Amino acid sequence: MSAYRVESHGRIKHHQPVSFTFDGETVEGREGDTVASALLANGKHLMGRSFKYHRPRGAIAAGSEEPNALIGTTRSEGRFEPNTRATVQEIYPGLKTESQNSYPSLKYDIGAINDRLYMLFSAGFYYKTFMWPRSFWDKVYEPFIRRAAGLGVSPTVEDPDHYASRYLHCDILIVGAGPAGIAAALAAGKSGAKVLLADEGAEMGGSVLSEPGVNIDGCSAWNWLEARLDELRGMENVTLMTRTTAIGYYHQNMVGLCQKLTDHLTTLPEGAPRERLWRIRANQVILTQGALEKPLVFHENDRPGVMLAGSAQTYLNRYGVLVGRRPVVVTSHDSAWYAAFDLADAGAEVQAIVDLRDKVQSELSDEATKRGIRVLTSHTVTGTSGRLRIKSIRINPLRGSKAGRAETVNCDALLMSGGWTPSLHLFSHTKGTLRWEDDTKAYLPDQKAEACHIAGAGRGLWGIGKALTDGGEAGVAAATAAGFTTIAEAYPVENDREGTGISLRELPTDRSPGKAKAFIDFQNDVTAKDIRLAVSEGMHSIEHVKRYTTNGMATDQGKMSNMNGLNIAADALGKPQTEVGLTTFRPPYTPTTFGAFAGYHKGSHFEVTRKTPIDDWAEENGAAFEPVALWRRAWYFPKPGEDLHAAVARECRATRESLGIFDASTLGKIEVSGPDAVEFMNRMYTNPWTKLGVSRCRYGLLLGEDGYILDDGVIGRLSDDKFHVTTTTGGAARVLNMMEDYLQTEWPDLKVWLTSTTEQWATIALNGPNARNLLEPFVEGQDMSDEAFPHMSVSQCTVAGFPARLFRISFTGELGFEVNVPARYGRALWENLWEAGQQYDVCPYGTETMHVLRAEKGFIIVGQDTDGTVTPDDAGMSWAVGKKKTDFVGMRSLSRPDIAAPGRKQLVGLLTRDSKTVLDEGAQIVADPKQPKPMKMLGHVTSSYWSETLGRSVALAVVQGGRDRMGDSLYVPMPGKDVEVEVTGTVFYDPENARLKL
Amino acid sequence: MRNFNAFTLAREALRGHKGWGKQWRSPEPKKSYDVIIIGAGGHGLGTAYYLAKEHGITNVAVLEKGWLGGGNTGRNTTIIRSNYLYDESAGLYDHSVKLWETLSEELNYNVMFSQRGVMMLAHNVHDVQSAQRHIHANRLNGVDNEWLTPQQAKDYCPPLSISKSARYPVMGAALQRRGGVARHDAVAWGFARQASAMGVDIIQNCEVISIDRAPSGEVTGVQTTKGPIGAKKVGVVAAGHTSVLMEMAGVRMPLESYPLQALVSEPVKPVFPCVVMSNAVHAYISQSDKGELVIGAGTDSYLSYSQTGSMHILQHTLDAIIELYPMFSRMKMLRTWGGIVDVTPDRSPILAKTPVPNLYVNCGWGTGGFKATPGSANVFAHTIARDEPHKINAGFTLERFRTGRLIDEAAAAAVAH
Ligand SMILES: Cc1cc2nc3c(=O)[nH]c(=O)nc-3n(C[C@H](O)[C@H](O)[C@H](O)COP(=O)(O)OP(=O)(O)OC[C@H]3O[C@@H](n4cnc5c(N)ncnc54)[C@H](O)[C@@H]3O)c2cc1C
Repeated sequence: MSAYRVESHGRIKHHQPVSFTFDGETVEGREGDTVASALLANGKHLMGRSFKYHRPRGAIAAGSEEPNALIGTTRSEGRFEPNTRATVQEIYPGLKTESQNSYPSLKYDIGAINDRLYMLFSAGFYYKTFMWPRSFWDKVYEPFIRRAAGLGVSPTVEDPDHYASRYLHCDILIVGAGPAGIAAALAAGKSGAKVLLADEGAEMGGSVLSEPGVNIDGCSAWNWLEARLDELRGMENVTLMTRTTAIGYYHQNMVGLCQKLTDHLTTLPEGAPRERLWRIRANQVILTQGALEKPLVFHENDRPGVMLAGSAQTYLNRYGVLVGRRPVVVTSHDSAWYAAFDLADAGAEVQAIVDLRDKVQSELSDEATKRGIRVLTSHTVTGTSGRLRIKSIRINPLRGSKAGRAETVNCDALLMSGGWTPSLHLFSHTKGTLRWEDDTKAYLPDQKAEACHIAGAGRGLWGIGKALTDGGEAGVAAATAAGFTTIAEAYPVENDREGTGISLRELPTDRSPGKAKAFIDFQNDVTAKDIRLAVSEGMHSIEHVKRYTTNGMATDQGKMSNMNGLNIAADALGKPQTEVGLTTFRPPYTPTTFGAFAGYHKGSHFEVTRKTPIDDWAEENGAAFEPVALWRRAWYFPKPGEDLHAAVARECRATRESLGIFDASTLGKIEVSGPDAVEFMNRMYTNPWTKLGVSRCRYGLLLGEDGYILDDGVIGRLSDDKFHVTTTTGGAARVLNMMEDYLQTEWPDLKVWLTSTTEQWATIALNGPNARNLLEPFVEGQDMSDEAFPHMSVSQCTVAGFPARLFRISFTGELGFEVNVPARYGRALWENLWEAGQQYDVCPYGTETMHVLRAEKGFIIVGQDTDGTVTPDDAGMSWAVGKKKTDFVGMRSLSRPDIAAPGRKQLVGLLTRDSKTVLDEGAQIVADPKQPKPMKMLGHVTSSYWSETLGRSVALAVVQGGRDRMGDSLYVPMPGKDVEVEVTGTVFYDPENARLKL
Repeated sequence: MRNFNAFTLAREALRGHKGWGKQWRSPEPKKSYDVIIIGAGGHGLGTAYYLAKEHGITNVAVLEKGWLGGGNTGRNTTIIRSNYLYDESAGLYDHSVKLWETLSEELNYNVMFSQRGVMMLAHNVHDVQSAQRHIHANRLNGVDNEWLTPQQAKDYCPPLSISKSARYPVMGAALQRRGGVARHDAVAWGFARQASAMGVDIIQNCEVISIDRAPSGEVTGVQTTKGPIGAKKVGVVAAGHTSVLMEMAGVRMPLESYPLQALVSEPVKPVFPCVVMSNAVHAYISQSDKGELVIGAGTDSYLSYSQTGSMHILQHTLDAIIELYPMFSRMKMLRTWGGIVDVTPDRSPILAKTPVPNLYVNCGWGTGGFKATPGSANVFAHTIARDEPHKINAGFTLERFRTGRLIDEAAAAAVAH
């Protein structure tokens, strides 16, 4: 039995031992302990090393505000987490924990050499040095600094856990289940409103858990708590969530919560997520987050064993642990006296209560005397001793602001309190303003930016009684604002412990303040001296002070350090707090795993993979796939032993010679209908649509407002008031959005309806001289002859018994058809055609062959041959722009001087002088490859392939003034060689379009 | 101003750092100046520095509504690279990278420029084509940029997953070895310190509320929260608030302002050696000297002047990070924040004279202007001092949006940073 465990105290299960390991040693704790409370129960204060000076550190707090006691935790293979707060991590059998940032061991850390050099490592040190010689920064200094920095180590393997995410709407969200939060929930819950009460702790109750001696409503605090939580659990409209931290408060009352589900469990339930991220949209939010105790700032205030008094009280009352048997208490606030009394009553020999104030309430000193505790008011602390744990403390009488002669008092713990700071981080996320109140010496909420209420210690009301009353009132106010009615009950409180007191700067000392190591930001090793140095160097904004010193930027998010830093900066500047202002509080409230944010969006769920109805067939037939936007598309269909090039060459040949079949289902499809459909089309696309006959198709070109090509596709007119629009695969959503945008904001008068039908249709393209031969027997309701159904026609008919929209179009230059059938028939139709196609040696081909075949014909791919800087004329497609049209999107931009200027880059063909050389796509083109760098570049290769049909390479390119350079030689300078090319037209194959007319 | 060197450092260490003095003065504004710069970000402070240093113009004030460096300069993820596609951009950003390489010595202030390499991943055929196009153009422009296979990319950045079964497997990467990161605050402070020493007045907490113009049109000064201040020339360098300021002078700007968010993890020991960006998977990451993973993605989708972004943007940023670096799933996000970025239609900056005589503007840096800080400041100072652009910024005019002579880096690559 350890000397520090107090069986009579605490809420843990004393009869339930739990062992875990810390740095390889087995530690015995109790069910309900945190790692920190279990270590403390075993007399171990040393838990970590600080960031810069590697000073030995112990837990200073008992909650999520802890800056020092950071550990690595491991459950099992892959389940390692760095920088976990030992004060929050609950223990379970088998938990492995380790200290961080020390080498070779926590007790003997060579990094502590930095501590000896602390005079050098002052604030802003890095900016002033490591500059000579220049080459040393990358090679010597920076690697050294980087190795020294950092706390724990990163996980190294993939996380075996998964994470969940949920949305929830509620009437009232209450953050923090201390007395104020619980009273608010009771009042709001009774109104019938949908209430969510969340608390980061493992248990609800907040400060009530640390104050068992208080009486509420005639019973002991803990009995009251149990009864009231039962009452809340009984309300169907109320949800309680523990281990759930509100991490950020966003616009329109959206609050993010992170709920920890498994990190405290002995065994992991099968398939359970580790954490769940909630996005809560609440009508009203009540913030009852309480207050955080402030450390005192004095020389050597960071030794293991120095702790916040309120936390020591928590360790005793919640965890049954005495953090020391011979503690000294140093304070400027009444609350630490109560901690001293609780510890004394549990058997500790409190060596002294040192209070900086000249006077304290007589009840306090009476109570101390009653317990035989020495009281030293008007005293200060000027130092401590003890390497790995505090051994003694120097106490000096105060003469005004000066410290008198020191007395050394031995101790094994130091409990301190510099007053309390309302916890208003979430409120600040909303850009709600704070005001400094001189009475309470605290920042309190002022102007609100969201529908929220703050109650209890969060607005400077100390004690459980006031918190209960205020919380109840906030519950009523929120319920009323959300449209419900309720009243708050009164909960009379006895033995309440309110208190006052504050300390606003580092404590007076009898040594040179320039030498004092009086820590403010414990983790980042920022001292009072650093803050003063920053101010003296001209850092007058509190944000500059923060950044120059790194005060408040540690993983406690400044919870322990911001206020002390601010107060001392104000003192150094000689300005009141109000003029210095606050630094911004930034989400998340406590560090939150990446995994929780990502939630389900992991692995194959990272983004959906859109698949066509024919995708399975492609997979069964060995297709290689490529991602195109969210789709995966069959890229090519290799036969055994074939690589991309061999497969593509074969697919190209088969299609040109007989018949290829292609899954074009990913093409975007939008149905444009309504009495003004044709007018709408005229305004959107460059082409004229009025005269396009029903059952006819046209290639449509869509520009952005800037006049550059944005999308293209074949558009069929189904009836006077209905168009079947196709878009590029990647552009479908963008085009629909753009159309909707124009329709809703620019032309609301047009009677047009837009429907995305991309996924409603499966689209199968047949290309090749045998395309009609294969298709004709399947078609009913459409004469397939060239006269009755010429190139660029569309028909609504039946194909293989399925209702179809049949297009006669070609993206390959061969006789071509595209059959659209409802998606559910896609695969059946494909298989019908596949079977019947065997007589023509039908060949399935993928996107790569499609690209080659179209390039041979000079058809562009938007996004490849154009890049958002290409006009219709640049692309050689002025023919697609209606000359008589008075308006269309982008038309005005086409007349801008630089768009109409000569010498623009124009789309041309390129043939390498050596027909076997295939150019690199993206390669640059110059007139003189021998010129010095930077070279004058004329354009670049946009598409380049081996053409099996032509037995040579072909390429498309954009080249300055390209159409005036036909037949010229240009060069593509590649590493080691310059490739000579001839500028040609863009159509390499069948320029007369004879093959379309078969 | 005291020089930082080994001797002064040792001496100050011994006497408790009492003698450093202020890094910059905090003067009250004079009645008038030769040049007023609005906005004490890196670009504004740098402009003042180069005006004094290279053009002998020291009667200069930099007016800042908040604290110097508190805008995007102090909020950005500090990626520095120059492997841009177009000649104009490559010229400007490479001019900047060259200045970065000696900036610490130049300013006697360690801006911690760390050339650890910037790698841009390709995840589909289109990415590969785009990366190749950049690499070829950069090569002919004399800017370093090289292609890496997936395995080479992994060797360069071990945490990267190149698993073939990933939703978007890595197909390769473009690497600029001279790219890297720097310490953002130090850039603002270093420029401020030297500018102040040469006589530039940096006036903080001084918001410009209107711009004065003579009846004949030219600018004559500004009205501020500290009263009127006269000026022969005014340069607006106000990032996300540029359109608001230019409106005061009657100039409507082709700018949209968006929130852009970033985040850091808790600090860990060195694990991530370089900078990696992915446009298709949409996140970028590096590790600060302090040990934090520094992460960002694209802008929020709505226009806003509020520096609070939306939560779902962070979710998508982090799911992308886990997709690329599955081992970081159990790392914790420490801090998130946002800045307001000013975006032009072609995603390239405006560094130019304006239709109003004596009024100059430096803006439109959008999500990627930190890297340009010294280069842009350098040529903008030239533009103000000579009333004509330097040849490096000659193309970055305001008129180009009217005439159509765009420098469309976004269209070319859709790469943000
Ligand atoms: C989250 C984020 C990440 C980024 N990541 C990168 C990156 O990795 N790489 C990169 O190169 N770039 C990045 N950027 C962009 C980069 O930060 C900016 O382009 C660059 O810092 C702009 O510098 P600046 O000096 O022009 O603007 P700022 O630093 O914003 O300075 C403008 C100043 O003008 C002041 N001001 C505004 N209005 C007034 C007024 N009326 N009166 C007086 N003063 C006024 C502002 O307060 C501000 O201080 C990022 C930006 C953000 C927000």
